[in-house]
Amino acid sequence: MSVPDEEGRVIPISAAPSFPAADPEPEPLARALAFLRRRITGDYEVDEFGYDAELTDKVLLELIRPLYHHWFRVETVEVKNVPEEGGALVVANHSGTLPVDALMMQVALHDEAGRALRLLGADLVYQLPLLSHLSRKTGHTLACREDADRLLRRGELVGVFPEGFKGVGKPFSERYKLQRFGRGGFVASAIRAGVPILPVAVVGAEEIYPKIGDLPTLARLLGLPYLPITPFFPLLGPLGLVPLPSKWMIEFGEPIRTDEYDPADADDPMLVFNITDHVREVVQQMLNELRLRRGHAFPPFL
Amino acid sequence: MTHTVLVTGVSRHIGARVASVLAADPDISRVIGVDTVPPPSLTRDGGISLGRTEFVRVDLRSPDIAQVIAAADIDTVVHMSLVSAPSRSTGRAVMKEHNVIGTMQLLGACQRSATVRRVVVRSTTAVYGSSPRDPAVFTEDLEPHDGPVHGYAKDAVEVEGYVRGFARRRPDITVSLLRFANFMGPGVDSPITRYFTQPVLPTVFGFDPRLQFVHEDDAIEVLRRMATEDHPGTYNVAGAGVLLLSQCARRAGRPSLPLFSPAFRALGDVARRAGLVDYSPEQVRLMSHGRAVDCSRLEIELGWKPKFTTGAAYDDFLRSRGLHPLGGVRH
Repeated sequence: MSVPDEEGRVIPISAAPSFPAADPEPEPLARALAFLRRRITGDYEVDEFGYDAELTDKVLLELIRPLYHHWFRVETVEVKNVPEEGGALVVANHSGTLPVDALMMQVALHDEAGRALRLLGADLVYQLPLLSHLSRKTGHTLACREDADRLLRRGELVGVFPEGFKGVGKPFSERYKLQRFGRGGFVASAIRAGVPILPVAVVGAEEIYPKIGDLPTLARLLGLPYLPITPFFPLLGPLGLVPLPSKWMIEFGEPIRTDEYDPADADDPMLVFNITDHVREVVQQMLNELRLRRGHAFPPFL
Repeated sequence: MTHTVLVTGVSRHIGARVASVLAADPDISRVIGVDTVPPPSLTRDGGISLGRTEFVRVDLRSPDIAQVIAAADIDTVVHMSLVSAPSRSTGRAVMKEHNVIGTMQLLGACQRSATVRRVVVRSTTAVYGSSPRDPAVFTEDLEPHDGPVHGYAKDAVEVEGYVRGFARRRPDITVSLLRFANFMGPGVDSPITRYFTQPVLPTVFGFDPRLQFVHEDDAIEVLRRMATEDHPGTYNVAGAGVLLLSQCARRAGRPSLPLFSPAFRALGDVARRAGLVDYSPEQVRLMSHGRAVDCSRLEIELGWKPKFTTGAAYDDFLRSRGLHPLGGVRH
């Protein structure tokens, strides 16, 4: 047994951290104050589409993260298929009566793949107050050729729901059946930019507001594409707007390359239709498998 | 080669600055400035020194401009005389005549002239309108879904139509059409700068438009290059980046007052009648949907980028007016 030469001394535990000290990060309070100061003085940047990355990450996504983790218990599959950088076109199924799937996909890509999702939305979104600027601030823009091309050229991750209102507003009886994919404008954009198409399947959104009826006349009066009746809406009023806590899974499929085509091929309708059909089949296939894998929508109850 | 340059609209700030910059250029032998009203006095109204610019008072709506062009052997015309807001005393009809008929007379005179080699026309990005159905960023070739149907922006669309017709009829003349974003800077006095100096900023509820500005110094530089070199075509001119209206209000330390769009329009009408500010339906749409343009064509053509970003141009304007955000000056 060896005896130390010098006198034993007490080393306070706090002075001997078991891990190397992290880079001197400011206190959470100081960071919060700096954030508030930037917001109040307008000292922050938005990109030309109006995307406010800081506000999106620190405030808006923070508000929906509890929904993502605890309400829908979203589970992601094959996130490694999301390119780490560079342009890509995310093509996903659309469902759920209200586009909650867009928000969940954004959280999944932001938090698990470290990519900002730039969705292309219907023009209705940009006519409505509040929704229009929230949509721009969270990075989304109008579904049009110019904006899609511009975002892809900048190397952004652009997302589309080719089914549009037909998908998000379909009745509960048609759940997990992909609707028509439009004219395939998204495929043409991907070919022009030479970026891969990333097929995505979202399982779980179909059950959040089971649409069992529609009020077409009132919807037309209000200028909306549909006005849903669910088992709880409008029966329970605002309470009926609480989404049902279904179990969600989001799978990112293998990227479909488009760089072997010439950008001029984007004008070839046969080619565009063929690729559109192929993407649609891939997404439908992923949906079927993922739905089986998930099992019941409400596991604790059923 | 000696140049003789005609600048219209020299009695207003940007026109005067362009004339004085051109007058300081040794390659230019004569600068002739025209406008309907005499330039403001240097000492009393804070006017700009026009240097050796010779001022001729001409009503652009009359054919007199043709005599000026013929008499002085003009080779370059810089058309800055586009009025963006109706004056309180004369109203919209006179403004439209001034803008559209004035341009027609000027272009007619240029078409007949044997000496004119280069025409530079100031236009505005307002020609793209502002709509929820159009792309977020406009390039020069884009046809907007909902083009402007009122006021200044409509005048600019008509002016551009005449300019294109003129360019077709006289292919030997270099025609440059410049679509400027809103001017911003210490000397600029426009509906939008007056808007930002109000104590409370009325905004449209539920909308936060993207705005773009071009600093006056950059605008002058672009106009100088266009007037002294050949750059035919249509170009967007704006500072890089965008500012949201909410961001502008915060940087100015001004509270904003969100109003539902009918109320916003009604308030705008009252304010216009009272002569306080000018709100046209186009401005209400801009305040809802915003507008941004792409300037890469200009940057490639000139091999030059505006010195001020949209944000820097706005900050420079705020500094000159002594406006700062809550809690002091930004760094």
